Amino acid sequence: MKNTNARPRFTRPLAVLLAAGASLACFAPDAMAQQEGRRRRATAEAKPIEITAEQTAMLTKIANERKLNVDDLLAAAKTYMPSGRHDEYVLFSSGGQSGQVFAIGVPSMRLLRSISVFTPESWQGYGFAGDSDPVRKSLEINGKPVLWGDTHHPALSETAGDYDGQFLFIGDKANARLGVIDLRDWETKQIVKNPLTVSDHGAAFVTPNTDYVIEGGQYATVLGYGYAPPEDYKKSYRGMVTMWKFDRTKGRIDESQSFAIELPPYWQDLADAGKLASDGFFFVNSFNAEMATGGVEKGNPPFEAGASKRDMDYLHIVDWKKAESAFKAGKAQKINGFSVLMLDTSIAEGILYFAPEPKSPHGVDVTPNGQYMVVAGKLDPHVTVYSIDKIKKAIADKKYSGKDDYGVPILDFDAVKEVQVELGLGPLHTQFDNKGYAYTSLFLDSAVARWSLGGEYASQHAEQPWKLVQKTPVQYNIGHLCSAEGDTVSPDGNYLISMSKWSVDRFLTTGPLLPQNFQLLDIVQPGTTMPVIYDSPIGVGEPHYCQMIKADKLKSWQVYPQVGWNPHSQALDPNAPKKGDEGVTRDGNKVLVKMTALRSHFTPEHVEINEGDVVTWRITAIETAQDATHGFCIGGYNINLSLEPGEYTEFSFTADKPGTYPFYCTEFCSALHLEMMGYLHIKPKSAVSSQPVETTTALK
Amino acid sequence: MTTFLETLIGPRVPEHEFRAHRVRYITPTAIFMTARVLLLVSIFFPYWHMELEAPQYPNGLFLTAYCNHLTGDVREIDGLNHYIGMRPLGEAAAFERAASVWMILAMFLLVEGAAFVHSRWAVLLALPAITFPIAFIADLYYWMRTFGLSLDPNAPLSSSVKPFVPTIIGEGGIGQFRTYAEFGAGYWLAVGGAACIVVGFFFHRRAYRPLTLRADADAAVRAPVAT
Repeated sequence: MKNTNARPRFTRPLAVLLAAGASLACFAPDAMAQQEGRRRRATAEAKPIEITAEQTAMLTKIANERKLNVDDLLAAAKTYMPSGRHDEYVLFSSGGQSGQVFAIGVPSMRLLRSISVFTPESWQGYGFAGDSDPVRKSLEINGKPVLWGDTHHPALSETAGDYDGQFLFIGDKANARLGVIDLRDWETKQIVKNPLTVSDHGAAFVTPNTDYVIEGGQYATVLGYGYAPPEDYKKSYRGMVTMWKFDRTKGRIDESQSFAIELPPYWQDLADAGKLASDGFFFVNSFNAEMATGGVEKGNPPFEAGASKRDMDYLHIVDWKKAESAFKAGKAQKINGFSVLMLDTSIAEGILYFAPEPKSPHGVDVTPNGQYMVVAGKLDPHVTVYSIDKIKKAIADKKYSGKDDYGVPILDFDAVKEVQVELGLGPLHTQFDNKGYAYTSLFLDSAVARWSLGGEYASQHAEQPWKLVQKTPVQYNIGHLCSAEGDTVSPDGNYLISMSKWSVDRFLTTGPLLPQNFQLLDIVQPGTTMPVIYDSPIGVGEPHYCQMIKADKLKSWQVYPQVGWNPHSQALDPNAPKKGDEGVTRDGNKVLVKMTALRSHFTPEHVEINEGDVVTWRITAIETAQDATHGFCIGGYNINLSLEPGEYTEFSFTADKPGTYPFYCTEFCSALHLEMMGYLHIKPKSAVSSQPVETTTALK
Repeated sequence: MTTFLETLIGPRVPEHEFRAHRVRYITPTAIFMTARVLLLVSIFFPYWHMELEAPQYPNGLFLTAYCNHLTGDVREIDGLNHYIGMRPLGEAAAFERAASVWMILAMFLLVEGAAFVHSRWAVLLALPAITFPIAFIADLYYWMRTFGLSLDPNAPLSSSVKPFVPTIIGEGGIGQFRTYAEFGAGYWLAVGGAACIVVGFFFHRRAYRPLTLRADADAAVRAPVAT
């Protein structure tokens, strides 16, 4: 008995051990990682490096051979991206007259890709899906195909005044259009045409929560595509600014909830939305308050002189929340089917005020805290800084210096001006950092000016407030500039891009047409240190403005979320052919082709139709692997598609030229890519008529 | 007189005996209980993983087998397999995947039964759960071998990739792919369950064997002496 009694004593701890072991097995982190189905991969560790004397000698030898100085080596170290390493920022740049948007990695300045917006582009299959391509339809203006754009100002969508990485808007100056790009798949989803005006300039700028996308006009016309002779300029021509309502859940601009504000025929220029302290307002510059009508051929002063005669133009101050209320209260009129708040309404409702600004300025840029509006002089060596507190007070106190010819109250300059800072010749645009500095491009000086802000920013830097700190030469003729998230409520103060218009001698000569020069400046150090560390030629259009977003804010899809995804509707398409569902069916002379694409074949591989058939062709790329993109082209029919993993596309055409047409995959998708082809057989009418009439045939 | 049923399920523990040696009788039941929990939990964890590495798949391709379903890059792996003429993975072990949860539930109940049977027959009830991990390997190997050896001779790459048996554990290779296969947490839980049962039987025998012997002895004493 004693014996049996003793035995269970050690069983107790053993049982506890077993139980503990079992629970450990369940909750071991390794087990949990395995459950994800993804083993954690060892990433190349960046260990602190030590350079040996031998390596230093090698480096020195290379530097001397390549004529590099120490600054060059440091610049290279700051910008070089080893293979596989990702950039810290993405620059979304207008593509200028290419009608596209470019995405460029910073600091490497490598072009990641272009995004077609206003110009059909074959690699992306943008506008090459036959007769009924919705892209072609969206590029029509008054029934005419307008297959290019002069993309100007990209605007990343914002939440509480900070980039949220969801959408990108871009304006087309030439045709007064706005493109909406969804940054999940980096594709253009919508193009809206302003029905009031032929061209614009100040687009796109968003309000702090992207409730509205602002499109400022430029060259005054008779609103709504009307006509009036230049003698009637003052009476009939008008400027405007449009507030496009953005529906974030749909990812589309809602044209029915959008409206414009009629403005005097001064040439409105750039715009910026107020934020924080100035939330609820936006600001638009103007020039040609002279209302010059040019006519150099008649012996009149040319526009360039006539529009620059007066010392002052008008900064437009718009209370957009009041404008929105007036629009919602039904106080807008329709012009060419579009809602417009007329000038007298805006004046009566207290929506619109002017403040004098030195003549023919360029950018108006709001400081991150929303306190100050910085207007760059262009023809004046100063930036003029306005205070929102002073503006609000002047409005409340009705501190006007007069009214313009149309009755718009002009706020007293001295009552609203905070300070003027002399920077140099040709100040154009301003961006900000996190150290209390502002950066202004100086076109004529070909330089970037760093200057110190005052007010609550004065304590962030060592310099006197409102003073020029440093001027770094750039090559050459800088237009816009852009610092990392430098127009948001919280700039990063990391990098700055100088969008230099002329490159002259910076690169190898490429004939008489030269690339622009995107120059990267390192703005991390305070004070006078602000070197140029990279030159990047842009040989595809003249980019106008760009914005730089932290790369980790972008939540891009790697592949489409579901197989059969229609990027136009951003949803699964019920028409997308499924595997096993392929075939060709006929209804009279209407033919429907249902096709799938999967490495390395199309199904079906033979499509037999008759001359004169009207063909609707649907293809689903039933791929799910990242980068397993297919193309699809039919030579002679102007068709090329980009079939990204999961993507569904429909195209249509009339088979008016008989023959035997090979179709093939235009992306090098796999080792058997060349074999990924098929034949479209278009039987001539003569061959068809000798056969019995077909009804409905499923070839599969 | 002991009935056949009593022989089968073994002697019951008298109340006073249980009170005196509570730990002795609870231990085997507790260990069996642990085994059952491990087995049940294993349903929710992967039994087997395979990772495929190739230059153009820098993040690898993953295949994860639970007892009742396959997850991971099945679609992509099937797509690649079509080049060498291997049938889609979804066609493998269809019955096993459909039945596995029920089989595990049955084993769960059988092991519970084993705790109440105090004779050597308890081993029979627990045998499926004990052999389950080995059966899993055997089945996995069977399907891999069947699939690997019956490649479609008309596949695009049939001339360059001959029938083969994929490596089910450890490193293997096919074409430009390196494959790494290993058991997952679910499998190890099932192994843990089986091990628990074996250990449990040690305590099971220690607790109930003396009772059986005593019962046999009592029966012998009470039995009329054969003449």
